[in-house]
Amino acid sequence: MNPAYSVIFFTTASGAGYGLLALLGLIGALTGSPLPMLFAFVAIVIALVLITAGLLSSTFHLGHPERAWRALSQWRTSWLSREGVAAILTYPPALLFGLVVSGLYDMPQAIAPLGLITALMAMITVFTTGKIYATLTTIRAWNQPLTVPVYLIFALATGASLALALLALFDYRVGVLSPFAMIALLLAALMKAIYWRGIDRAPRDRTMAAATGLGDGVRQWETPHTTKNFVQREMGFVVARRHAEKLRRIVLALLIIAALAALGADAMPIFAPLVALTSLLAAWAERWLFFAEGEHVVTLFYGNPRA
Amino acid sequence: MTMLPATTEKKLGLVIDLDTCVGCQACATSCKEWNAQGYSAPLEDEDPRGKDPHGPWLNRIHGYEVLDKTRDDSRIVHFPRSCLHCETPACVTVCPTGASYKRSEDGIVLVNPDTCIGCKLCSWACPYGAREYDVKEGVMRKCTLCVDRIYNENLVEEDRVPACVRACPTSARHYGDLGDPNSAVSLLVKERGGFDLLPEMGYKPTNKYLPPRKRRDQPEEGREALPKSDGSLMDRLFALAESLLSGQAGAR
Repeated sequence: MNPAYSVIFFTTASGAGYGLLALLGLIGALTGSPLPMLFAFVAIVIALVLITAGLLSSTFHLGHPERAWRALSQWRTSWLSREGVAAILTYPPALLFGLVVSGLYDMPQAIAPLGLITALMAMITVFTTGKIYATLTTIRAWNQPLTVPVYLIFALATGASLALALLALFDYRVGVLSPFAMIALLLAALMKAIYWRGIDRAPRDRTMAAATGLGDGVRQWETPHTTKNFVQREMGFVVARRHAEKLRRIVLALLIIAALAALGADAMPIFAPLVALTSLLAAWAERWLFFAEGEHVVTLFYGNPRA
Repeated sequence: MTMLPATTEKKLGLVIDLDTCVGCQACATSCKEWNAQGYSAPLEDEDPRGKDPHGPWLNRIHGYEVLDKTRDDSRIVHFPRSCLHCETPACVTVCPTGASYKRSEDGIVLVNPDTCIGCKLCSWACPYGAREYDVKEGVMRKCTLCVDRIYNENLVEEDRVPACVRACPTSARHYGDLGDPNSAVSLLVKERGGFDLLPEMGYKPTNKYLPPRKRRDQPEEGREALPKSDGSLMDRLFALAESLLSGQAGAR
């Protein structure tokens, strides 16, 4: 699949934003007390800016952005529609939570329930994003049991990395967030490694012979046109195996560096920005690979012998 | 509305004969010509007379070579491919806006160009590559089964079929109700062993494909077999000359 930068930016930026929002919500739900005002305000604003920037970027790549509101209507069948609904439903509790957790509005008893709702809605939104891809049976690499969990863990890991960087920026102790971020980052690396093993081992049992019904001796003789068409441009992109292997190793290395730096961030706050940078880079590369390694079944009609 | 109808009154679709299709592209050009002024108008190409012309075509004709290993021979199969108007099309259910829908009266799958937001997710969900994005208009395009011809009372009766079917010079394209077991198209599918594309994906395509017929046997090499010898001297002389010429002394 063609790795469109708008979608990669959207899923990684809003993923990190929702992860950060979920963590702040969770902290609020567990402690039930306000955070330092400036820190809470900046953290919530950064989370919402990332989410909103991602949503806007995904809207601008539409053919008709002015009709985007229509995408909220088909939540009965469409995961893309559900994602839109969940994203919008996350804003009110997130904004209210921001007000009470920063102490801008004094209502400490509301912190825990609003934090819980915000955290849940943030994770539900990431879940729906993952589902859009995981339910496409036409792309074997996406139609996998680990697709949705990987989206969730990357959101949490990058969100925790951002939280670490923010704490360090405000000169606060990183404390318990340090091992949490480390575990989330290592879990992301582990789950992604298992995912890759899974897609490498999945049988490529859809064949041109079966798709065309023409049997074993079939091969492409002539494409239906002289230049690449939309289907080939959009769905025909497959990254070379060699490059994919290299990028996979880079993703895992970045996640492990981020995890080690996260562990050290409590003693050495200088590491915290490094955690954020490396984990976001890892998420970006992972998401690019996710698209580039997605082999679409339609390629069987365009010369690909098996998919 | 992206909820699929439980059943449709009719299952209008195409039956495509891979045996008689000659790959002339008349159906593709006639499809483009009709749809550039009908329901899917304007259906323009980008850079149409430049170096990289491309744009939405609702019907494309592939060419495949099928090797016959038993005789070191192969045949070319022309393979028209367009929307199969599936019974359970995921392209419809993934649509976030309801622009994609399946009609309950005849099973035709359509995109409403006035509500499509151009997110392209439907094209990802289709295993058959039936949907093509119109960059100029920012909406998705697909075969409409010429919904603006088949019910069009301004046209004479014989023109009320999809443009591709009307244009086909070898009658390789048949149009009708595949939900009616006694319709001409259903009988044709039964008689010729019509098949679904990628049935294991579970989309239940309405359109069917008729497989190429078995080839009539041919002599292995281009030359005719010699008549049987009657044992005469003249005959044996010719046989000797033949075997010398073909480099197979004593072959007879």
